[in-house]
Amino acid sequence: MEAVVFVFSLLDCCALIFLSVYFIITLSDLECDYINARSCCSKLNKWVIPELIGHTIVTVLMLISLHWFIFLLNLPVATWNIYRFIMVPSGNMGVFDPTEIHNRGQLKSHMKEAMIKLGFHLLCFFMYLYSMILALIND
Amino acid sequence: MQVSSAYGLHPQNYIAPSGHYSQGPGKMTSLPSESQCGDYYSGLYTVPTQNVVTPSTVNQQPGAQQMYGRGPPAPHIVGSTSGSFQGAASSASHLYTSASQPYSFVNHYNNPVMYSANSSATSQGFPSTCGNYAMSTVSNAAYPNVSYRSLPAGDPYGQMFTSQNVLTVRPLKDSSFSGHNTPISHPSPLPPPPSQQHQQQQSLSGYNTLSWSAPGLQSTQDSLIRNHTGSLDTDSNNPTHTDSLSCPVMQNVQPPKPSPVVSTVLSGTSSTRTPPAANHPVKPVASVPQPAELLQQKGVDSSSTTSSASPMPNSYDALEGGSYPDMLSSSASSPAPDPAPEPDPVPTLASAVPQPTKMAKPFGYGYPTLQPGYQNATAPLNSGVQSSSPVYSGFQHYAQQYPGMNQLSSSLGGLSLQSSPQPDSLRPVNLTQERNILPMTPIWAPVPNLNVDLRKLNCSPDSFRCTLTNIPQTQALLNKAKLPLGLLLHPFRDLTQLPVITSNTIVRCRSCRTYINPFVSFIDQRRWKCNLCYRVNDVPEEFMYNPLTRSYGEPHKRPEVQNSTVEFIASSDYMLRPPQPAVYLFVLDVSHNAVEAGYLTVLCQSLLENLDKLPGDSRTRIGFMTFDSTIHFYNLQEGLSQPQMLIVSDIDDVFLPTPPDSLLVNLYESKELIKDLLNALPNMFTNTRETHSALGPALQAAFKLMSPTGGRVSVFQTQLPSIGAGLLQSREDPNQRSSTKVVQHLGPATDFYKKLALDCSGQQTAVDLFLLSSQYSDLASLACISKYSAGCIYYYPSFHYTHNPSQAEKLHKDLKRYLTRKIGFEAVMRIRCTKGLSMHTFHGNFFVRSTDLLSLANINPDAGFAVQLSIEENLTDTSLVCFQTALLYTSSKGERRIRVHTLCLPVVSSLADVYAGVDVQAAICLLANMAVDRSVSSSLSDARDALVNAVVDSLSAYGSTVSNLQHSALIAPSSLKLFPLYVLALLKQKAFRTGTSTRLDDRVYAMCQIKSQPLVHLMKMIHPNLYRIDRLTDEGAIHVNDRVVPQPPLQKLSAEKLTREGAFLMDCGYVFYIWIGKSCDNNFIEDVLGYPNFASIPQKMTHLPELDTLPSERARSFITWLRDSRPLSPLLHVVKDESPATTEFFQHLIEDRTEAAFSYYEFLLHIQQQICK
Repeated sequence: MEAVVFVFSLLDCCALIFLSVYFIITLSDLECDYINARSCCSKLNKWVIPELIGHTIVTVLMLISLHWFIFLLNLPVATWNIYRFIMVPSGNMGVFDPTEIHNRGQLKSHMKEAMIKLGFHLLCFFMYLYSMILALIND
Repeated sequence: MQVSSAYGLHPQNYIAPSGHYSQGPGKMTSLPSESQCGDYYSGLYTVPTQNVVTPSTVNQQPGAQQMYGRGPPAPHIVGSTSGSFQGAASSASHLYTSASQPYSFVNHYNNPVMYSANSSATSQGFPSTCGNYAMSTVSNAAYPNVSYRSLPAGDPYGQMFTSQNVLTVRPLKDSSFSGHNTPISHPSPLPPPPSQQHQQQQSLSGYNTLSWSAPGLQSTQDSLIRNHTGSLDTDSNNPTHTDSLSCPVMQNVQPPKPSPVVSTVLSGTSSTRTPPAANHPVKPVASVPQPAELLQQKGVDSSSTTSSASPMPNSYDALEGGSYPDMLSSSASSPAPDPAPEPDPVPTLASAVPQPTKMAKPFGYGYPTLQPGYQNATAPLNSGVQSSSPVYSGFQHYAQQYPGMNQLSSSLGGLSLQSSPQPDSLRPVNLTQERNILPMTPIWAPVPNLNVDLRKLNCSPDSFRCTLTNIPQTQALLNKAKLPLGLLLHPFRDLTQLPVITSNTIVRCRSCRTYINPFVSFIDQRRWKCNLCYRVNDVPEEFMYNPLTRSYGEPHKRPEVQNSTVEFIASSDYMLRPPQPAVYLFVLDVSHNAVEAGYLTVLCQSLLENLDKLPGDSRTRIGFMTFDSTIHFYNLQEGLSQPQMLIVSDIDDVFLPTPPDSLLVNLYESKELIKDLLNALPNMFTNTRETHSALGPALQAAFKLMSPTGGRVSVFQTQLPSIGAGLLQSREDPNQRSSTKVVQHLGPATDFYKKLALDCSGQQTAVDLFLLSSQYSDLASLACISKYSAGCIYYYPSFHYTHNPSQAEKLHKDLKRYLTRKIGFEAVMRIRCTKGLSMHTFHGNFFVRSTDLLSLANINPDAGFAVQLSIEENLTDTSLVCFQTALLYTSSKGERRIRVHTLCLPVVSSLADVYAGVDVQAAICLLANMAVDRSVSSSLSDARDALVNAVVDSLSAYGSTVSNLQHSALIAPSSLKLFPLYVLALLKQKAFRTGTSTRLDDRVYAMCQIKSQPLVHLMKMIHPNLYRIDRLTDEGAIHVNDRVVPQPPLQKLSAEKLTREGAFLMDCGYVFYIWIGKSCDNNFIEDVLGYPNFASIPQKMTHLPELDTLPSERARSFITWLRDSRPLSPLLHVVKDESPATTEFFQHLIEDRTEAAFSYYEFLLHIQQQICK
């Protein structure tokens, strides 16, 4: 059972890593002026909810399977994701708004956020991998 | 007397930068001996005269004389104007001679070649502008010092001296700027000249007084110079040569009292008149009553005549200060030399001339180790003293020490002279003790501290302004100064003079794509170095030929390199598709509400009147749509006998009933049909019962209709959109209008309008919104449609055709402007800046497509923009930074054009220099923009706190840099003295005020205006101008188009200035109030308002009758003049004292306390408290 949980988490984590990389690439495309703000934002906004769901599932799964440490590790990031999603002003077109992304260094902060998430997911990846192997051995 | 008082001021200018000495009264430590004083003053007075060189001695003299002599047949006018000019310039020269010397040497002896080149260029290229050149010379004269900076330093721009010296294309502008920096002639507040002894006694206090007497000075002088500039211009029958006309003051000016004071009188006059300046100092604040102001007003006039007493120094300065080439060019091009006006002093003093120049150098460098503070402290003491004996070694002595001091006082070397062009800007001002902080005349943009040639070439501040005219070297320094850094742009301003360049190759930097501009340096004939990225580029073959002079091999004389504002006609490389025709679509609300308001009549009438004036060529297309709960299209195709109305009732899935070609028709082919429709429209819906408004679907339809071509959509809306996509709910709670806590719903309720706007922007369509509603219409949401599609927003609250005729008239006038003004289609604007700087936030109506590219579907001349900057890399290896905006657009005639503005600013490394260069108006406008963003993204109270903190931070940062100030006082550098006042004004502005009942739409509209208005208009909205108009006189008046326009002094916005005996005009930008005091003179009421007495004035009066009396003419011409200076016609309200309407008027008196907000003094105390915390 333990092993199944971690195999799932591992897969989920892989998806999140890919998503983070995709965010970084798209944002840097925008930074380098390869795509325009409108298409960049619509591309990214599409993936905000999948990311949020993916990460919430892992967090909840860890809570259910009573892995307290990993749960607590995931909790702040999951909370941030949800907070960010809820706090989008009613007039904005999503977390990434094409009219504001070039203002007040938003692009940079989005970029930074994506980088931090990538690092976090990588860390989690190895943790899940280790836990999975441990669980498989124990079985 | 002005001159001498100016000297009183003089020391301060130099004190301030070092900042350690004598910032307060009574801190003076050393007293110079009287002989010293004598020397000093005599120096001041003699030098000017000595500068008066006989033609035989120095060859450029004729030039100078011609320029004054030449002109119209009214010699006395010429005399007086030139004289006053020179007076100004000469006093400036005293201030700065010191600085000027070093440069003049270099320039003088190093580059003799350029004279000839320049003169020839001028005479060929701009033969008709001699008068202007003359004036540019004057402006040169005022700033000899500046050029000194770059030459010794030998920076890359030094080259430009040889290459780009002349061709002043904006002389008017320049000279008006010069006015700004010459805080000279102080109109005497106390006329009777005391005795000489008296003066000497007061010499000490003379200095102290200046701290309060100064504020008025600068600007008074300002206006003076302006006036004379103008008059000179008219006199020489020259067309105004530049874009400077946006400041109407400068147009056609004539001094009202042309009285030629002969130059021989000079030293005598000035010495007797000096004392007044030193005279009323000691009792500081209380002694500045209103009479003093009136006198000052008179002083404006008198100063013009007095200063004409010392005409020649000007030419001296020109000679010494590096404006040599200009002198020559003017002489070369002038047809008839006429040295008549000022021959007097010449013979006697001619022999002395070479002396100052030769002596200067040894003196100047002989005291390199002098303590800067010493010089500063002694100089002021001399201010009241003078003798007329010409001993000028003393003067030279003083003069030369300044450069030495400056070189010492900062490690910057050449850059340290910042104090010279803005000598006044660092003077510490004790805000809590200075009662009259507001100058009497309008405030003008500070001039960047560049050398003369660069300054002449620099972009007009009307188009391009930076909050800091001295750019800090590092971000750390900027953070320390706690001031916002940003640009304010008005790129598509109506210009009267604009060099348009047609050429096959538009020369641009190969790596950063910067357009070639006056601030690039030519390495040799074939190569130029980009001033933004420093890449060395080749000069293309075509660029070697100069079409203006028809000469080859002078790339640096091309108009692109001689003008910082140019327009290129772009080739097909700059087109993604063939240039679009002008396309106008009108989308009109015809629901019951709209018909009731009756705007259709006004609109159709305006359209009929202006149909032929719509900008466009033969391809111009026009279309109409109306909507209520359904959408109506009008088929106007040629050949139809009458307009055909097509109704689409399916608003959930909007479609076009016919191909777009029949809905958007050629204006000329279908003109009759269009006229029929316009005549019919107002009455077509009179009986409608439809109350719904389907704005969203109508906009979608408009988008579909416009997307093949792009163009302009004008939407008229009178209520909240109630059905279909984009419907909105009322979000305003009327009970919360005067809440001091939270103001909600400043942001849009839906992203529908934003998305649609971005779609429109992508298809080069701009949507202009006219909101004419009496109820809440959620402007915050609706405005998005215009904000992101680069449209504009007009709001007419409680519009009604009959109940509110003044609004109807305003709409009519606004529409006239709106329909006939210039327009650019499918535009993009890119802003570039020197490597190391980066832009991070943009304000205005547009869509930011990529990091530095603004997508503007339409551009109109009334749109302003702001950009925030940060310093990413240290600017240590450069002394100048440049900013360039390039606006690529399709003109209404189907030409692709690029308008390029380039601004050049110096880089400084010391905090004091940063403070010296603050452009407080620009800073306020940028802060206002930032505060709007903050209120929408965070909350209004956050934005208000941020505004207050901006003042607190910058003043406390300044306080900590100036170490030995009394910490109990609230000290600001003179450049920032208006900062707290303006911030208080912002806090009381509709957009940011709390506690006063403000409708949400009004507030949001004010925010939209802040975001999209150019600086000139925004400043009036923030801080209205108050004038007293019951005693208008022709003193200081200017002439505009054969009309005499009186120039009353500005009053501070406080009820203490209102007297019941007077009548006051308040200019709030979009509205004028005329407040009539209860015991106002009946003559005024009768002559101007046309009523016998106060009681008979009606409550609602919105016009001044055209009476054939002098006061009426004056008042009307003044108001018309104010009106003409802005794009939107302001409403006029005559407000009787004690009528209910006065509350609105009193709300604008921002220096007073209201129930919800601080008075100015309380605000200062609050800031002080915050700083001490």
